[in-house]
Amino acid sequence: MDVIIDNLPLYADGLLTTLQICAYGFVGSLVLGTILGAFRVSPVAPLRWVGTSWVNVFRNCPLTIVLFFCAFGLPEVGINGQYFWFGVTGLVLYTSAFVCEAVRSGINSVSAGQAEAARAVGLNFGQSLSYVIMPQAVRSVVPPLGSVIIAMIKNSAIVGAFGVGGDLFAVGQQLSSAQGKAALPVLTGVALGYLVITIPGGLLLGWLERKVAIAR
Amino acid sequence: MSTETAAPPMIKATAVNKYFGDLHVLKDIDFEVPRGQVVVVLGPSGSGKSTLCRAINRLEPINSGQIEVDGKPLPAEGKALAALRADVGMVFQQFNLFAHKTILENVTLGPTKVRRASAAEARTLAMELLERVGIANQAEKYPAQLSGGQQQRAAIARALAMKPKVMLFDEPTSALDPEMVQEVLDTMTSLADEGMTMLVVTHEMGFARRAAHRVIFMSDGEIVEDTNPNDFFTDPKSERAKDFLGKILTH
Ligand SMILES: Nc1ncnc2c1ncn2[C@@H]1O[C@H](COP(=O)(O)OP(=O)(O)OP(=O)(O)O)[C@@H](O)[C@H]1O
Ligand SMILES: [Mg+2]
Repeated sequence: MDVIIDNLPLYADGLLTTLQICAYGFVGSLVLGTILGAFRVSPVAPLRWVGTSWVNVFRNCPLTIVLFFCAFGLPEVGINGQYFWFGVTGLVLYTSAFVCEAVRSGINSVSAGQAEAARAVGLNFGQSLSYVIMPQAVRSVVPPLGSVIIAMIKNSAIVGAFGVGGDLFAVGQQLSSAQGKAALPVLTGVALGYLVITIPGGLLLGWLERKVAIAR
Repeated sequence: MSTETAAPPMIKATAVNKYFGDLHVLKDIDFEVPRGQVVVVLGPSGSGKSTLCRAINRLEPINSGQIEVDGKPLPAEGKALAALRADVGMVFQQFNLFAHKTILENVTLGPTKVRRASAAEARTLAMELLERVGIANQAEKYPAQLSGGQQQRAAIARALAMKPKVMLFDEPTSALDPEMVQEVLDTMTSLADEGMTMLVVTHEMGFARRAAHRVIFMSDGEIVEDTNPNDFFTDPKSERAKDFLGKILTH
């Protein structure tokens, strides 16, 4: 296990990069997924169609393929940038489809009567959603959303494999392949790094679940 | 009298048809509700009463025909429809109070978000209305903490807070325990006495006799009779109405 201790700064950098990917991925897919979720229940048919297509494409495509498209497809159509951002983009496109479905099922868990009452009072679609439906939907959105986010954190390793460089996964590769260190301790360090993110994340989610469950 | 004839009827439905798939639930419906009138809609289960009521604020879109509220055809989706709904109060069988908001918040939400009233104005109005329906002391509670009758009165206050031109009631007492029916009917009766235009779907024959100016009897998606309550209850013209009254009154 000396290899972990010796390379602690390297691991720390890796952890930081992974955290960055996850943070951007989290914010991006939450925002995009919520908008898409609203699309899916919208009274405007083309918006519903966009939402549905999005989910069908990105939920059914392996993340690796989505990332290939971002990393190699986007430059071909003239969009250039760092691999880091291509990676984050791919992760957001992919994860937002799952967030969208969690949000949509949360919205559907609120009884239709609530939405009807909101509309009958004269609230428009956006107001009904933000003042009446969403506040009641969070309760059932948080648990599935938690799983989606944990999955996203783990999926960030695939982004790392695309040469973002310096994330936890890349640290593992560098130490074991490039420097020829024994794989077992190196990868144990990598795994520990992910657990450092996912376990507190899971605890935070559990706390959040209890909090929204109490709130009416 | 002259102003009454000059102003358009509050609700006017012309040749309205509505289908659920192959099921023809509203068949060539024509009727008017003049301002200030209380119209009770009666009819057996499945005859299309709720659908008719919900069509008036477009919670249920219709397939053909025209519905006008206060002289204006119902708008399609969008801002104009939201504005129309704000002017048409609706009370549901299942109350549908916003479960995550207090009674007071339920009543102030529409005025603040739709009418852009200040929080203070909305609160004053809400407390007045809650006082009027007799549940001012419940203002800070959540819907689940109230009895059914109290919830339905809160729902009436919520609708009234929008200062509606007309109120729609879809079986407002059908989900209530028997001992709570009267308190809700009393609230509705006093509203009727104050001159509110009302369309009420109900099975409460007592309310129909006492408070209604007119009775519309529906069966199988058609308006079979449209007359005053006295004539309807003492001298129904159609077989279907006789049959319906026979069943109701033997209960
Ligand atoms: N959303 C819907 N989809 C399909 N059919 C429906 C829908 N809503 C109502 N119906 C059908 O339309 C017909 C009329 O229903 P409606 O609810 O208007 O009747 P009603 O007169 O209000 O009956 P009740 O006294 O039971 O409330 C019924 O046959 C009902 O099954
Ligand atoms: Mg009904």
